[in-house]
Amino acid sequence: MSAGIDLENVCCDFGSFRAVDNANVSVRPGEFFSFLGPSGCGKTTILRMVSGFIEPTQGVIRIGGQDVKGKRPNQRPTALIFQNLALFPLMPIWENITFGLEVRGVDKATRRKKAEELLTLVDLPGAGDKMVSQLSGGQKQRVAIARALAVEPQVMLLDEPLSALDLKLRQHMRAELRAIQKRTGVTFIYITHDQGEALAMSDRVGVMSQGRIQQIADPRDIYNNPVNGFVAAFVGENNVFSGEVQNPAGGMAAFATPHGTFRARLGASAGGKGVKLYVRPEHTRLSQTRADENSIPVTISEVSFEGNFISILAISETGAKLAAEIRNDGQATVPGMGAKMFMSFDAERAAILPDANVRG
Amino acid sequence: MLRRYGPGLTLLICLLVAFWLLMLVIVPNITLFEQSFRPYLPVVEIGGPRDTYSFANYLKVLDSSVEKSLFGYSFSIPVHVYTFSLTIFYSMLVTVICFALAYPLAYYMAKIVNPKTLPTLLLMLFIPLWVSEVLRAFAWWIILAFKGPLNAMLLGIGLIDAPVRWTNMGYTGVVIGLIYTYVLFMLFPVYNAVQSLDTNQIEAAEDLGAPWWKIHWRIVLPHAKPGIASGSVMVFMLSAGSLLVPSILGSTTSQWFTQTIDQWFKDALDWNTASAYAFMLLSLCTVFVTIAMWLFKVKLSDIAK
Amino acid sequence: MHKLRQNLSHLYTVLFLCYLIAPLVVMSGAAFNDSKLPSIVPWKGWTGRWFVDLWNDDRMLMAFANTLWVAAAVAVISVIIGTAAAILINSISGRVRTVLYSMMIATILIPGVVIGISTMIMWTKLGGALFGPEGKPFPFVPGLHLSVLGQVSYIAAMVMLLVLARLQSFDPGLEEAALDLGASHGQVMRRILLPHLYPAIFAGGAVAFFQSIENFNVTQFTRGGADTLTVYVFSKVRSGITPTINALAFLLICVTLVLAVIYEINRRRRARIEAAREAEARRAEEMAEVTGVA
Repeated sequence: MSAGIDLENVCCDFGSFRAVDNANVSVRPGEFFSFLGPSGCGKTTILRMVSGFIEPTQGVIRIGGQDVKGKRPNQRPTALIFQNLALFPLMPIWENITFGLEVRGVDKATRRKKAEELLTLVDLPGAGDKMVSQLSGGQKQRVAIARALAVEPQVMLLDEPLSALDLKLRQHMRAELRAIQKRTGVTFIYITHDQGEALAMSDRVGVMSQGRIQQIADPRDIYNNPVNGFVAAFVGENNVFSGEVQNPAGGMAAFATPHGTFRARLGASAGGKGVKLYVRPEHTRLSQTRADENSIPVTISEVSFEGNFISILAISETGAKLAAEIRNDGQATVPGMGAKMFMSFDAERAAILPDANVRG
Repeated sequence: MLRRYGPGLTLLICLLVAFWLLMLVIVPNITLFEQSFRPYLPVVEIGGPRDTYSFANYLKVLDSSVEKSLFGYSFSIPVHVYTFSLTIFYSMLVTVICFALAYPLAYYMAKIVNPKTLPTLLLMLFIPLWVSEVLRAFAWWIILAFKGPLNAMLLGIGLIDAPVRWTNMGYTGVVIGLIYTYVLFMLFPVYNAVQSLDTNQIEAAEDLGAPWWKIHWRIVLPHAKPGIASGSVMVFMLSAGSLLVPSILGSTTSQWFTQTIDQWFKDALDWNTASAYAFMLLSLCTVFVTIAMWLFKVKLSDIAK
Repeated sequence: MHKLRQNLSHLYTVLFLCYLIAPLVVMSGAAFNDSKLPSIVPWKGWTGRWFVDLWNDDRMLMAFANTLWVAAAVAVISVIIGTAAAILINSISGRVRTVLYSMMIATILIPGVVIGISTMIMWTKLGGALFGPEGKPFPFVPGLHLSVLGQVSYIAAMVMLLVLARLQSFDPGLEEAALDLGASHGQVMRRILLPHLYPAIFAGGAVAFFQSIENFNVTQFTRGGADTLTVYVFSKVRSGITPTINALAFLLICVTLVLAVIYEINRRRRARIEAAREAEARRAEEMAEVTGVA
């Protein structure tokens, strides 16, 4: 029913521009895999190569172990869900859903029945005779998924399908998509620039930048153990310090910055130059007294109440802006504006990382 | 293209377009061009020693001069050159009058009329356009007749005291007929162009205290220039190329250049000279339109909107 | 002052419409006047005999039938060629596109006289080259089929423009979606692209049909001995005319009016349906917002 996908050394050039550079990924059968990255990072190009609209310049793409080189989109066991959904506006819903069966010569009665089954699967029973323009955004979404499922693909490719929805619907559809994926067991490859979506839905995430895959890991690892500065900065917020590594030992090192010397975890391949120290705002603490280590004297300059947490901006003595977060657990003390405090963080929670993995 | 439509369909599409452009446009015009340099010969002599290329057919345009006078100054001019000049002159006149008639309406349709009544208005304008050109010319033939309704009406309200021979006053009938036939070809491009102007610009100008004529001169007209150019080119080319209207509404003294071509072709059966004249019409009109487009700084691709 | 200008513009529009429509009324009126010459003055009383004469005028009916055949052929061929050309232009770019597009547009501006003569000369010469000067077979002799070809040469460009405008509102993603779902290129064309283009194709067909009926110049030079309505009316105007032509004109105007009204009613009905659908989608959207369920 579902197939794995392997990309081996895949490159894709548009003229002199290299959109995808040496991508190596192995997506397991039945997995929900997301490519996460800013626009222009090459994630859509990967999707279009897998679906067959673009041929890679180099490298091999295998679907279910088979090399698909030269196979046209209509010959691949993949179904693509487009960013704008690309529902056929002149066909009723049921014809939309079973279009893939129609072109395979399936008779009308069977198609009608199949359409109804799929509509039930995506929670839209009885909507078969409506036109596309009669549906809300979320309903269109479901029809697009049903249409892709109708051809019983081994792989579903989704190109930011939720980007047109508003926030509430988007969060609802996340859970829905995840549930449909588990129900059908089809391999999902999901493209998004929204870290929330990628982290919430995926079994594994591939973070991309400038045509390169930066890190492939499960969502917790991506967030907690980013391999480089790009991943750390793109997924979540950070306080970033420039400086120099001193006395690395046992995975830890001292890091000399203008704010003082801190102790922190040494990321893999972070020995050389151009490394920085990354500390997430929720991993910082604010206190009246100086902590034992990794402590910076600051002045509170902005306090904004966000609901479940309180976001704080502080200025260090060298004038750098630092962010902190306090969880709103009902008993947190909120510092006043202009208060002089100390910001500190655990060495285990701070990472020394290289910049993004770019070619050069 | 290949990827989007597959090899079979791509080939079919290319073949259809090739048939159109080659067999229906390019090759016929090349043939016309080639034919125009050959002499008119009996069938048996075609391909014979006398069948050689020359400019003879083109030079016929300079034959048989006539005496004309303009502003009291007399001169002699070859009759076909004279016809051609008048054709161009009156086509320009028709174009200018069409613009003067169409512009206020185009502006009204684009900016003043209630949007709800616009479709109905458009429909009423389209109906005369769907009625065949020959019938429209014929309608004016009835109206302008010596004992026709126009004379009857003018006599009735006392504007004239004897009926007027409208179709025997030089080019009057032709110009009236051409304007009626082609004014809508001016209206629609100008309307499209004016419609694309942001109404806020007009209001801003009003707000800044510009008088109405200044708003048109400085804001609406410059914006509508491509539409005006395309309407003008259409009306001019259609007028200069019209054979029907000059033949039906023309007087004994109003010869149109297309009528001259028609006479070479149908009456004299000299297809070669007709070709030469047709080619002259085509090239001179092309030159004329090119100059006009260059003056107004518009491109051919703007015209087809 | 502003009010005055506005009233003047209303007045102008009414006058303009009168100017456009009055000649048609005069022409139609003459169809009912019991006078040998087609006119409405002097009015000699109502009659229906010009319609009877029209029915008995075999040559005119023949010309009318020819006109319809030619128009139908021109419409079909122009739609096929024009649609193909629009698709081609829409999927290429750069200099080739500019050259092809300009060439296509230029055909609209070529005087009909030139098209007529050049078409005539090319096909008869081609016949002469292939079969000798005598006894040339069918397509290479003057006749209405050459009129069809000559008319197609510029009417196809009009269809192309209409279809191209519609193509520009087409989402190429739909083609990709269909291909991705396993459709062949032919199926994509038939089920996705052409249905989107049908409104423009029908409009193009109608324009081509009416343009062909109007055509005089091309037909005049290529028709051989056959008549179309335009040519027939033209010859009649010169050689003495009876109000049978007015009777025919009246009928044509009626048909045009009926078609126009049907078109307008249909357009309004569709706009209403579309508005209702959009309203339903909006309601569904609001429901989703309230319940939090998409």
